[in-house]
Amino acid sequence: MAARPDEGTAPWLDPKAQPYIRIENVTKKFGEFVAVDDVTLNVYRGEIFCLLGGSGCGKTTLLRMLAGFERPTSGRIFIDGVPMEGVPPYERPVNMMFQSYALFPHMTVEQNVAFGLKQEKLPRDEIRDRVAEMLSIVKLNGLEKRKPHQLSGGQRQRVALARSLVKRPKLLLLDEPLGALDKKLREHTQFELVNIQERLGVTFIVVTHDQEEAMTLASRIGVMNQGSIVQVGTPHDIYEFPNSRFVAEFIGNVNMFEGRIVEDEPDHVTIDSPDLGGVIYVGHGVSTAPDAIVWAAIRPEKMVLSREQPPGEYNRASGIIKEIAYMGDLSIYIVQLDSGRRVRVTKPNTYRHAENELTWDERVWVSWDESSSVVVTE
Amino acid sequence: MANPSYVTLGQRILAGLDKALTTVMASPPYRWSQGILRRAGVTGRTLVIAVPWVWLLIFFLIPFIIVFKISFAETRWLGSPPYAPIWEWVEGHALHVKITFANYLFLLSDSLYVQAFLSSLKVASVSTILCLLLGYPMAYGIARADPSWRNTLLLLVILPFWTSFLLRVYAWMGLLNNHGVINQFLMWTGIIDEPIVMLQTDFAMYIGIVYSYLPFMILPLYSNLEKHDPTLLEAAVDLGCRPFRAFLSITLPLSKPGIIAGSMLVFIPAVGEFVIPRLLGGTDSLMIGRVLWDEYFLNRNWPVASAVAIALLLLLVIPIVIFQRYQLQEASGEQQR
Amino acid sequence: MNRNRSVFLLSALVFGFAFLYVPIISMIVFSFNESKLVTVWGGFSVKWYGELFHNRRMLEAAWLSVRIAAVSATCAVIIGTMAGFALARFGHFRTRTLFSGMVTAPLVMPEVITGLSLLLLFVALAPLPFIPDTRGFSTITIAHITLTMSYVAVIVQSRLSSMDDSLEEAALDLGARPWKVFMVITLPIIAPAMISGWLLAFTLSLDDLVIASFTAGPSTNTLPMMIFSTVRRGITPEINALATIMVGIVTIFVITAGVLMARQERRRQLETRGAGR
Repeated sequence: MAARPDEGTAPWLDPKAQPYIRIENVTKKFGEFVAVDDVTLNVYRGEIFCLLGGSGCGKTTLLRMLAGFERPTSGRIFIDGVPMEGVPPYERPVNMMFQSYALFPHMTVEQNVAFGLKQEKLPRDEIRDRVAEMLSIVKLNGLEKRKPHQLSGGQRQRVALARSLVKRPKLLLLDEPLGALDKKLREHTQFELVNIQERLGVTFIVVTHDQEEAMTLASRIGVMNQGSIVQVGTPHDIYEFPNSRFVAEFIGNVNMFEGRIVEDEPDHVTIDSPDLGGVIYVGHGVSTAPDAIVWAAIRPEKMVLSREQPPGEYNRASGIIKEIAYMGDLSIYIVQLDSGRRVRVTKPNTYRHAENELTWDERVWVSWDESSSVVVTE
Repeated sequence: MANPSYVTLGQRILAGLDKALTTVMASPPYRWSQGILRRAGVTGRTLVIAVPWVWLLIFFLIPFIIVFKISFAETRWLGSPPYAPIWEWVEGHALHVKITFANYLFLLSDSLYVQAFLSSLKVASVSTILCLLLGYPMAYGIARADPSWRNTLLLLVILPFWTSFLLRVYAWMGLLNNHGVINQFLMWTGIIDEPIVMLQTDFAMYIGIVYSYLPFMILPLYSNLEKHDPTLLEAAVDLGCRPFRAFLSITLPLSKPGIIAGSMLVFIPAVGEFVIPRLLGGTDSLMIGRVLWDEYFLNRNWPVASAVAIALLLLLVIPIVIFQRYQLQEASGEQQR
Repeated sequence: MNRNRSVFLLSALVFGFAFLYVPIISMIVFSFNESKLVTVWGGFSVKWYGELFHNRRMLEAAWLSVRIAAVSATCAVIIGTMAGFALARFGHFRTRTLFSGMVTAPLVMPEVITGLSLLLLFVALAPLPFIPDTRGFSTITIAHITLTMSYVAVIVQSRLSSMDDSLEEAALDLGARPWKVFMVITLPIIAPAMISGWLLAFTLSLDDLVIASFTAGPSTNTLPMMIFSTVRRGITPEINALATIMVGIVTIFVITAGVLMARQERRRQLETRGAGR
């Protein structure tokens, strides 16, 4: 993964840092339908901020309000301290890279990239130099005279990027920037995108439905659901400390056990979970009412399979292996617990030939460390 | 670039136009007037809507209101215009309104008009069915033809449509004439001894209508059939369906929008057709378009002509609404894709 | 795939195209007939073309029709493009339903009704000041604009709705003002649709008999009106010659346009295929 501001320089942890983009209580309604519901969000200079969510969650509408194509029903948007109310798209210091790339089909690569600069009425020489510079950054030298239909998907994506960056916007909006590329190219382009962003120091806001893309690109992720932002945090925070079942289930795979809190101490809680057929011991305190219904979330890679019964009395259950999927780098086991629940466990394939490997219909124990589970209350 | 020169030329024209407009828009008078217009609430958007709107209002909607009004007026044989005003100021203060339903009653009482309406509907329906029977296999054949042939075949369907309609009807006069090509050919082969009278019969009229409106049936059908996924039929056959049965249960229902559009495009104008019945049909052929024409040009009876027009319009309201709804569906389907 | 079906479809195509083309071909053949009797072959001759070019009234009518067609097609493209643009791009506005109804209605309106209603409008307007009281060029042109702008609007609208809206948004986003966006992005992309709209409007206007007959004054004669009054009296070789010339011009035009459009289409397909994900 590309270099990233470490904890010390993370502006969102610094209470004195001024947000570069401020979204204040923004709501957008289309008739009766609430597309964006009272969103408040700060994005800092130089960030790559990903808005992640399923289709129809309002992420694209939020992006279009930043670009100026939609007007918020209520709430305000500031960019670098300037309120954006009533500022049309062509006067905003914001550029957008469209999902379809929206390359002008009747113009060459060069004309496409120069389009934005021409609107500023810059001198011809300067336009030429800046276009050439930008095209070399995105490695498109030699393709200046081509038309969009003569380019490959990856080349088109880079033209779209060059066109939106050449105006040196304060903020670049990217709508599913890698959605149209195939998997191999996508991975390569992700890193390139991060490199270009760091080199130019432009703030990015990326909309995507692909969690992997969000994890790779983002300095922070905002997870959206039904028009609201449900959690904002670094990719690590979002994955390891989801604040709700929705986030835990949306990002990656998770085994979720429903249960009732029986012991609620400041340094640990125990949960009786008929779902698991045992008691879950969580190594951190949870602020909730006793007897409340909660969910314990454990990631598949944090679970361990063993033939022998693990020591201790918590965080374990026995069951039978029902399915095994060999994925190359790791294997996925589906274990049916005695409670009837099926859990998913992944195990890295560290050795090429493993003797005495677990197999179908074998009785095994599933267990995990007390620090591996997260309790969510909603 | 391998750009054809016409594209380059077009781009030059556009660039020139753009430059001229930018200069105009930067000039003070333009900006002043724009400022005034904006303060009055007039934007570019409003203007773009307003121009076609006003045009259609004046030259489409208002004329209908006038026709509607005159259809209730009394005929005045010697006047100019040849109808009595519906309202006039009597002695300068009392508004005198004179509405008569006589024109409509006349349409109902004279069997000529009722028959004309009925036979117009009959001719249009029969022609639509004939067009469908001939046009569907053609459209299907084109849609299933080799892709490199499709555009050429389509062009061949459209080509006659671009040549004069009147001359195409005229061409049939040459073929169907008593001394025409068909009769001569039949007599030469010895099938007949006497020429068959074909011109100025219903037969000729149907041929003319089918001939003229066939492209209108083929084009919407083709554009529908062309979009069909051929794997649907393969799936049906794979599931044990015989080819003809597969056509009946898959292709035919899916092409319903095309059938409706094509049929309406043939039926609606055919009902009001004037030229074909006049040139190919018999002297006694009663088509409503012809009746309206004669009422206006020969009898100079404007109120009755207007009443015929309104009645014809009422007759066509249902097919027109069906057609418009289909158009809307098609348009929204277009956007979803 | 299925032999019976192919044979059936092929014979339908052959029969259908024969039906479409036999009358036109026979008309062309007989235009070169020496004999006055139109349907009896009397040897090859081009004399009817000579007579046609000496028929002053026919030539005047043709010139009038061409002028009307050119003016009305040009106006129809301007107004029709505005209407198509409003319908495709302005989303919902007040009176939209009525507007879109009025735009598409002339497409299906029987010509006799359109003709009669416009005539009655012109008669009603005649007493007003600034309105020329003789009907002719201007009234026919207005009638044809009203008829043909609908065709242009529909063509432009369908081209616009198949065009990616984000192209226009991208241009706005890059700092172009709305008017500029229209000129530099939208117009070049819809230009082919506007050209086909113009050609269609021109042809429809050149071909129209009914509406022109209603809206023309007593002394005005367009080409279709001349043809009509001639053929009503029977078939004449001169009309065959005229028809042959018109078919020839149209064929050249349509084939050229077809080739250009095929090229355009191929390019568009390449563009969309590339953009497809």
